[in-house]
Amino acid sequence: MSLEVLRAGVLTTVQDLGRYRMQHVGVPVSGAMDPYSLRVANRLVGNEEGAAALEITLAGPQLEFHADALVAMCGGDLSPTIRGKTVPMRRPVRISRGNRLDFGECVQGCRAYLAIAGGIDVPQVLGSRSTYVRAALGGLKGRALKSGDRLVTGHTERPRFARLNDCTTFARDGFAAPHWSIQVNPERFLRRPQEIRFVAGSHWESLSAVARDMFTGETFQLGSASDRMGFRLEGSRLEGSERGTVASAAVAFGTIQLPPDGSPIVLMADRQTIGGYPRIGEVASVDLCLLAQLKPGDKLQFRRISLPEAQRLLQTQEKALAKIGETILMRIYQ
Amino acid sequence: MNADLAGLSFSPLGDRALLLELGGDAGAATVKQIRAIAAFLSEQSLAGVLDLVPSLNTLGIHYDPEAWRDANGKQSPYEQLLQKIQDALTGLASLELADGDLYEVPVCYDDEYGEDLVSLARTKSLPVEQVIEIHCAPVYTVYMLGFAPGFVYLGQLDDRLVTPRRDTPRASVPAGSVAVANEYTGIYPAQLPGGWHIVGRTPLQLFDLSQDRPLLFGAGDRIRFVPISAGRFRELEGARQ
Repeated sequence: MSLEVLRAGVLTTVQDLGRYRMQHVGVPVSGAMDPYSLRVANRLVGNEEGAAALEITLAGPQLEFHADALVAMCGGDLSPTIRGKTVPMRRPVRISRGNRLDFGECVQGCRAYLAIAGGIDVPQVLGSRSTYVRAALGGLKGRALKSGDRLVTGHTERPRFARLNDCTTFARDGFAAPHWSIQVNPERFLRRPQEIRFVAGSHWESLSAVARDMFTGETFQLGSASDRMGFRLEGSRLEGSERGTVASAAVAFGTIQLPPDGSPIVLMADRQTIGGYPRIGEVASVDLCLLAQLKPGDKLQFRRISLPEAQRLLQTQEKALAKIGETILMRIYQ
Repeated sequence: MNADLAGLSFSPLGDRALLLELGGDAGAATVKQIRAIAAFLSEQSLAGVLDLVPSLNTLGIHYDPEAWRDANGKQSPYEQLLQKIQDALTGLASLELADGDLYEVPVCYDDEYGEDLVSLARTKSLPVEQVIEIHCAPVYTVYMLGFAPGFVYLGQLDDRLVTPRRDTPRASVPAGSVAVANEYTGIYPAQLPGGWHIVGRTPLQLFDLSQDRPLLFGAGDRIRFVPISAGRFRELEGARQ
């Protein structure tokens, strides 16, 4: 199956779950900003949950399918349509050949994940298909998609949800989807300001009590200079600790750095492997998918939780994901 | 523990990573100990460990907490992995480590490549020739890689050349630039923004995906800079293409 990019959108890249085992030589992990949505989207089309998919940011692309395809979209709602009709999210969708999937206004969240059965077939680079634009690694030629690009998907052993082809809508609308969908924390997703939970970092205790209270008490706004590397938080400036920089050490997805100017930066998917600013905390992994769906200007608040709590939440999320996976498998092969 | 790991401490780096830290300064001896611990833990193949990221006096250990799910829920994945690492480290007999490979890195220190050489010499009240001499005298060790794929932090820089970063970073530093900042000298593996003082440039490619070994240097490797003329630089650069 192949598809053509008629319009690329603001930033559409190929991403999987990231490039591990290379951080010791300075290669960033990259991968999906909202890995949860990528995993669910992949499962909905019967892929391995870490298969390469498209991460679509804010304003979406227009894609033409050159053959029948099975797709699923999760994460932010960027108003996907085919022939003017809304294409439902969080469920498998069969698209008939020759149709164009068109993304419009971003009505919820910031990043949509489009998984296609078979996964997007680009070469693995250092163990991953994720695009890291800064070093032109992975994805399609190491860059974001451009109009005129052609993407190819991997093979699937047999068509999934093939019965959807028989739906009356398939010929009429160019696509067909089942009535069920997967529910993903909708109530937390819509909350503004978005609550983001974090665990204290190496330098949390060296902040003044005032600065700690500010960080958990005030509302921040996602800055316009935020990108896949880091989210800049605007709002009250936190009084730094005595030292402006600390000995460089490893950082993680969600590390909250405090540069000397007092405006925290949350490190995201394309973060560097090591950093030299004080680390006041790390966002709980379960909330990274919520954080990744904020767009510049969105408001957020931080709430501190303990490390065991963060790891319990993560375990609960993993169990829920496994259950979603089982449900989908049953539907695929029923 | 057999090896002297006094001053060793651990702290969480969020719910999917932890930091191992050695007390004391971040000098050559500490860097080497961190590397020895990283090499040892790498051999242990600990469950769920995804990446071991050495820096100066810390080792970042990235892991998948799902690999440490506790059936009765009494111990967090962090506590379990920590216990496992501490147990494993009792088997670390020695922090001695063989020296890494020694490489000669050709560098052209001419003005056209070492843009900041003259201003650095002026700041340090040294003749330019002496700055070059001091810079290429030691055998450096790759302390760590970071900032960008293949960017090497080399130590120990001679005290006479230690200088803070530029006040205003450059939007673009050419690939191969050899630069100094604080107690380190480093090499830019690609064209990148950067705030280090550029003293020269090497025609070597530090990160090249078309090679079997995409990264020329790893932590622990030793490097000696060999001054070359601009003519030789262009020759070597041409031979690369």
